[in-house]
Amino acid sequence: MKRSLIGRIWPNATAVVLFVGFVFPVYWMFATAFKPTGDIITDDPVWFPTDVTFEHFKKAVNADNFWTLVLNSVTVTVSSVVISLVIALFAAFALARMRFKGRRGLIVTFMLAQMAPWEVMIIAIYMIVRDSDMLDSLIPLTVFYTMMVLPLTILTLRGYVAAVPKELEESAMVDGCTRAQAFRKVIFPLLAPGLMATSLFGFITAWNEFPLVLILNKANEKQTLPLWLSQFQTAFGDDWGATMAASSLFALPILILFIFLQRKAVSGLTDGAVKG
Amino acid sequence: MSVQTEGTDTAGKPAVRKARVPAPPRGADGASRASSRRGAGVPYLLLLPALLATVILLGWPLVKNGMLSFQNLNPRQLIQHLTEWNGFANYREVLTEAEFWHVVERSVFFTAANVVLIMGAGTLIGLLLARLGKKMRLTLLVGLVLAWAMPVVAATTVYQWLFAQRFGVVNWVLDKLGWHSMADHNWLETQFSTFAVVTLLIVWMSVPFVAINLYAATTTIPRELYEAASLDGAGAWKSFTSVTLPFLRPFLYSTTFLEVIWVFKSFTQIFAMNEGGPDHLTETLPIYAYVQGVGNQHFGVGAAISFLTILALLIITSYYLRMVLKQEEDEL
Repeated sequence: MKRSLIGRIWPNATAVVLFVGFVFPVYWMFATAFKPTGDIITDDPVWFPTDVTFEHFKKAVNADNFWTLVLNSVTVTVSSVVISLVIALFAAFALARMRFKGRRGLIVTFMLAQMAPWEVMIIAIYMIVRDSDMLDSLIPLTVFYTMMVLPLTILTLRGYVAAVPKELEESAMVDGCTRAQAFRKVIFPLLAPGLMATSLFGFITAWNEFPLVLILNKANEKQTLPLWLSQFQTAFGDDWGATMAASSLFALPILILFIFLQRKAVSGLTDGAVKG
Repeated sequence: MSVQTEGTDTAGKPAVRKARVPAPPRGADGASRASSRRGAGVPYLLLLPALLATVILLGWPLVKNGMLSFQNLNPRQLIQHLTEWNGFANYREVLTEAEFWHVVERSVFFTAANVVLIMGAGTLIGLLLARLGKKMRLTLLVGLVLAWAMPVVAATTVYQWLFAQRFGVVNWVLDKLGWHSMADHNWLETQFSTFAVVTLLIVWMSVPFVAINLYAATTTIPRELYEAASLDGAGAWKSFTSVTLPFLRPFLYSTTFLEVIWVFKSFTQIFAMNEGGPDHLTETLPIYAYVQGVGNQHFGVGAAISFLTILALLIITSYYLRMVLKQEEDEL
């Protein structure tokens, strides 16, 4: 189909404008983080950092408790993702491979659970945690983050388990494996990419969680990075260089993971389209 | 909010779901039925941990929320661990307060504005993606993915900086464009402009999910349909309304519901931006519940507000799930 010159130009022009619009905030975060303060506080913005400085990163990293909070965030995120993966693997196997009464109902339950409004449940959770004397602890955070990522982990893993050909498992059992062995030796290795993808999504959820840690952990050394970052700008009195450096440090792991993951997801989509 | 992480939800996207979650092979049923005769309890045993976790960590807080909403729970009762039931007093207080209805109205308008913008922009960008050449499409996809991936709190701080009163880049641009009164504008000073910044933030981070999945959905439309349409003499617009749109309709419906749910319960963007300020004027229901319950230490009242919000969300969610389940009945 032939298109007029304008017809060919406007989609590209719009795409360029949109690209700039979507990327600019991310770019500006990194750019500000690397600029010397003199280039940040100017009447005319410096669009491209020419003098690169690491001063702001130093300031963010040397902030009180920074490494404690990194450790808190990593601990909470990794443990909740691992625990939910283990629990979900059993559940997903049952849901994908077995027929039993109430199966459909359970799947719907997990779908519903996935949509749970955690943001609005924080008062009740606060009372529960307080009554068990667990405020300012990483355990309740880990436990509830596990639950936040569990339903999606189950539903996604169920798809990955179902995608492993039943025959592989059966031939392993013919060769003398028990069902548990067949699962461990045949299905599990094939599930590895699925486990990776699923856990990365869980990782993002737990790493970003804000309302619950806001209400549960008031003690400075028991917080996680999102809470720290939200208070950073106030604490450092409008030091935008340091604030953007802190934001960059917080966002970088997620940006890398997400881009890595999204490529797989998108290519998966198109594969699916071809295969129908 | 996990907004980007919310992007991971697969239930709402027929196209994604088909690709990532293939239906179990048909032959599986017979074999597993045979083996389940031997161990009928096995599936339940495997599901037990997940079910226990759901009941204790999700079910119990929901029940607890309901119970709290019928209690008089202020700092005194909190400190002395007293349980004072007060019937519907919290609900009476909440529902007769003009402030609550203002918040409800605000939440509805806020949600509506955001969802309309997200769906509108997301659909247009998704269709644009389908029309672009390969290189340009990849470029735009990278931009969208970056915005999608930005952690909420990081994105909120960046927007605070973009819209900062002094040295903020937005004010500089507006000033250069000739709107000189904006040179030193404080965006977080009024209700409307604070909402404008929050809305831009939410739309910016939510559009990629809609656009990318809509684009993916368009790639699943069989080419033959377009050929048939053009053989029948349909123009570009006609083939759009008679082929593209009907094909995308289920996706558009379910995504709209999903966005309504996500925007309605959004907490982090509003709270981290300005804590519901100026003067409580940007408090939506989740923020209002938090401020009343935790900020003012009226936990019972806060729980009542939460419970009403949860009920509203539950109704929307069940409509959404009914729709999704109807769309993929064969997959369960």
